[in-house]
Amino acid sequence: MIIPVLICIISFALLLQFFVSYCRSVIAAGRKTELSQQVREIAGIREDKLHEDEFVRLVQLLRLCPGSGEDGGEIRAVGVYYSMLFALRGIFRPLLPRIARWAQVERESCSYFAAVVLDRRITYSRELLAQHMSGHL
Amino acid sequence: MLSRIDYAIWILGFLVEAGAVVCFIFHRYFSKYIFLSIYLLAATVVTGAQYWFIQKFGWSSIEYRYYYYYSESLLTILLFFVVIQFYDRVFQELNASRYVRRGAIILVGATALFSYMVVRANQDHLTSRFVVELGQNLYFVGVVLTYLLWGAILKLRETRTRLIQLVLALGVYFSATAAAYALRNLFPSLQPAVLRWVPPVAGIWLPAAWAFTMMKVSEDARLVTSHLLARAR
Repeated sequence: MIIPVLICIISFALLLQFFVSYCRSVIAAGRKTELSQQVREIAGIREDKLHEDEFVRLVQLLRLCPGSGEDGGEIRAVGVYYSMLFALRGIFRPLLPRIARWAQVERESCSYFAAVVLDRRITYSRELLAQHMSGHL
Repeated sequence: MLSRIDYAIWILGFLVEAGAVVCFIFHRYFSKYIFLSIYLLAATVVTGAQYWFIQKFGWSSIEYRYYYYYSESLLTILLFFVVIQFYDRVFQELNASRYVRRGAIILVGATALFSYMVVRANQDHLTSRFVVELGQNLYFVGVVLTYLLWGAILKLRETRTRLIQLVLALGVYFSATAAAYALRNLFPSLQPAVLRWVPPVAGIWLPAAWAFTMMKVSEDARLVTSHLLARAR
């Protein structure tokens, strides 16, 4: 009985670590990208740093914007990570404010990542429209 | 009796696996990541053949159970070869590939031999408890191997984003499946309602995450691994 219990605990702990690291590696790639003026105007982004709660609104905008379909998986994975951080922040805010603060910074990174994906989709849609228009002319 | 959700997950799994194989062939990664490609191809064939077994023998038949658990064990051993390939790449610059290969071949050989002996000894009474324990142990070996590899990546300050994401996706798959098997071993009553969804969903996650990494992350992309560790500042 002790072996399955140990395997279960270790596997859950490592699952969490692998998943968090995976999401951070996906988000890290987006962090290097500068947001264009067009996405700032469309999404109403004024500052360089995005608020943590903007993620939900940006994902709603993403759903309205057609894309190549390749980024659905990454947005879903980051969405799960964002929800996990929300729970983590709620649990640790009264007990360990440092962890709550870390979760908040991570959630801000998730929002920035969603803005980068939105930017990519807007560019894709505009290119598609331009191709369509040139095909008609 | 399989529900619509079972069929939906099965079809999605098959499509994602087949899509990942096409992606690897199309982008000419098949020979470069040979074990990874062989695993994806084998997983596609296994998932496809599941349909044939269900149609011919039925979902609750002993033939289908044998097929499911044996093919899953074989796929796990194939995944060990994928881990070896990742070890090989991580230790490439240290010229330790030869030792890694030898060690890994011994480990995989020992695991395969051990599994074969256990299966052979239990072939007359392939109970569900036995197959769950075998699966749990095989996946846990995978978790340990992947975690050691992740430790080596951090220690050696590996920066190749593609390799890091491929390893992490595999780590998520192994640990989720090992945890599900261990939970099933502890609480068999959870299996029909909750735990039976975990392996197929993890089976969709792995090819999807790998295909995404191969398509989106270039070979030259780099990142600092220390930033990936979750540390409260």
